[in-house]
Amino acid sequence: MSDNSSNNAYWAANVRIILISLVIWAVVSFGFGILLRPMLSGIAVGGTDLGFWFAQQGSILVFLALIFNYAWRMNKLDREHGVDEE
Amino acid sequence: MDQFTINLLFVGASFALYIGIAIWARAGSTSEFYAAGRGVHPVTNGMATAADWMSAASFISMAGLIAFTGYDNSSFLMGWTGGYVLLALLLAPYLRKFGKFTVSEFIGDRFYSQTARLVAVVCLIVASTTYVIGQMTGVGVAFGRFLEVSNTTGLLIGACVVFAYAVFGGMKGVTYTQVAQYVVLIMAYTIPAIFISLQLTGNPIPALGLFGDHVASGMPLLEKLDQIVAELGFNEYTAHHADTLNMVLFTLSLMIGTAGLPHVIMRFFTVPKVSDARWSAGWALVFIALLYLTAPAVGAMARLNITEMMWPNGTQGEAVSVEAIDTEARYDWMATWQKTGLLDWEDKNGDGKIQYYNDKNAEMQAKAAEKGWTGNELTKFNRDILVLANPEIANLPSWVIGLVAAGGLAAALSTAAGLLLAISSAVSHDLIKGSLNPNISEKKELLSARIAMGVAIAVATYLGLNPPGFAAQTVALAFGLAAASIFPALMMGIFSTRINNHGAVAGMLAGLTITLIYIFLHKGWFFVSGTNSFTDADPLLGTIKSTSFGAIGAMINFIVAYIVSGMTKATPQEIVDLVHSVRVPRGAGSAQDH
Repeated sequence: MSDNSSNNAYWAANVRIILISLVIWAVVSFGFGILLRPMLSGIAVGGTDLGFWFAQQGSILVFLALIFNYAWRMNKLDREHGVDEE
Repeated sequence: MDQFTINLLFVGASFALYIGIAIWARAGSTSEFYAAGRGVHPVTNGMATAADWMSAASFISMAGLIAFTGYDNSSFLMGWTGGYVLLALLLAPYLRKFGKFTVSEFIGDRFYSQTARLVAVVCLIVASTTYVIGQMTGVGVAFGRFLEVSNTTGLLIGACVVFAYAVFGGMKGVTYTQVAQYVVLIMAYTIPAIFISLQLTGNPIPALGLFGDHVASGMPLLEKLDQIVAELGFNEYTAHHADTLNMVLFTLSLMIGTAGLPHVIMRFFTVPKVSDARWSAGWALVFIALLYLTAPAVGAMARLNITEMMWPNGTQGEAVSVEAIDTEARYDWMATWQKTGLLDWEDKNGDGKIQYYNDKNAEMQAKAAEKGWTGNELTKFNRDILVLANPEIANLPSWVIGLVAAGGLAAALSTAAGLLLAISSAVSHDLIKGSLNPNISEKKELLSARIAMGVAIAVATYLGLNPPGFAAQTVALAFGLAAASIFPALMMGIFSTRINNHGAVAGMLAGLTITLIYIFLHKGWFFVSGTNSFTDADPLLGTIKSTSFGAIGAMINFIVAYIVSGMTKATPQEIVDLVHSVRVPRGAGSAQDH
């Protein structure tokens, strides 16, 4: 803990990225896939609607994007705050 | 060559491959046994994690549950993949920085309490044992079919193989064996799916074929499926019929449980760096997604194939005749599966035809009365047989059927053996050596590990004979238990310095006990059938089924831990420092063994 203020800023930035990611995580699965499906029922996708696509395909693709985006941004943040592994 | 011989050939060849790789990889790395993952690229580690993670539930059971329910079972797809987001963002990098090997060690150190460590061990054993019961169900189905014996005999033979496989042991720790298992498993899952997608939609990618057009009718595949199942009185495939609250809680339980299962978390302890732990979680999900994006297509297409097979002249025409089932080659699969006792039919009205329809539907009952039908005559179709029977149903070449046999066994055996090893090391290392008898000799520690493994497999086999549900449903209960006990403790341990030893112990105990009682009330005490007071069709609390209770158990865990921590002494400074150091990657050494 050589530089506490920098570490606090680092942790706050990390928590912010996590929160934004988790909001997207919840919106695509619980939102588009389940609760908001009736609202998306007008958008047709191959014999069914967008909500069905999110529940069976789309949310999985978004999860992948979220994890890779997090890894990339955090590894960059580590370097910016000088807390990366040497 | 007959199908039986081809199956044995594929299964035998795949086992020879795993053992060969284990011997080859072991020779150079005996000294680094515990660090199997270190020095392994995140992509390779991700592939091994995927093999470890995808079990009989994912491979054998899940697509069948989706096929017969449709949209409502999308929870399995979202739940078992969405958990990796929680794992990657909330746990993996920090646990890697902490740098020990087991989940209970982290809980013991972070909550500076031997009691917390023991409670974590108990949670781990309860969740893992439930998980093994689900695996044994799948093993029984697979062995029953490929040895052409009854489900019960198949399960007993399977139990012996799993035991031998787990005792052979160290092989599990060798990442490259798991990479081979992943390759066999994913080929076995996707190749038949590609064939079937081509047959039905002309699209070689099943995930796209699912949303494509059905070649035979020119209609979109899902529209066609909705139409024919509705004509037989079943729920429309793509429609939402399930209770929404229960569906949300079930999905959430599977997600949180995924991030709380010790044998998955452990894989992230041994990657070389914190930054690699983040990438590894992503790569694991890439390899898992290959199966999970294919599964809904497998389910929908199989449902369409089976329905058309039972109604070869269309749902408004005549049903399939008993004579055709007995004599035509394309119905051979029905006779083979009948032997396992998991598929059955009966010409109830003696008209020489087998009518398959929903006899609970009022409209169909009226139609049946008019036509002289006396109930659904496809009397038994166990959901767990669908994926294994699928290539036969679609009339695919016999080598594809053999490949699926090998894949199903790879999925069930690798996970079952991995879980047994986790249970036995928890008993011998964390429970006996860690607290009851620290001076135990290495020989006795090994013996107690073997005994624990034997007991666990005996219990799982016994309960597997009378399982609390289909493989994936039983496994879902295990996820509920992990969600209610382990995940909240890990997350609070990293994201809050306020939660102290008393809070964590009280939270884990409350979450585990309440969830376990809720499950036992619905599934029978200790899963013994007949001792339940409620059923999932009419649950204790509103519409919340026992498989969905894990999310509520997790909330109870969080709340109890927070309240108890607020009433007791704050976390000591050295633990606060530990939490702060876990939060930054710098200074991560290589993983330490105890």
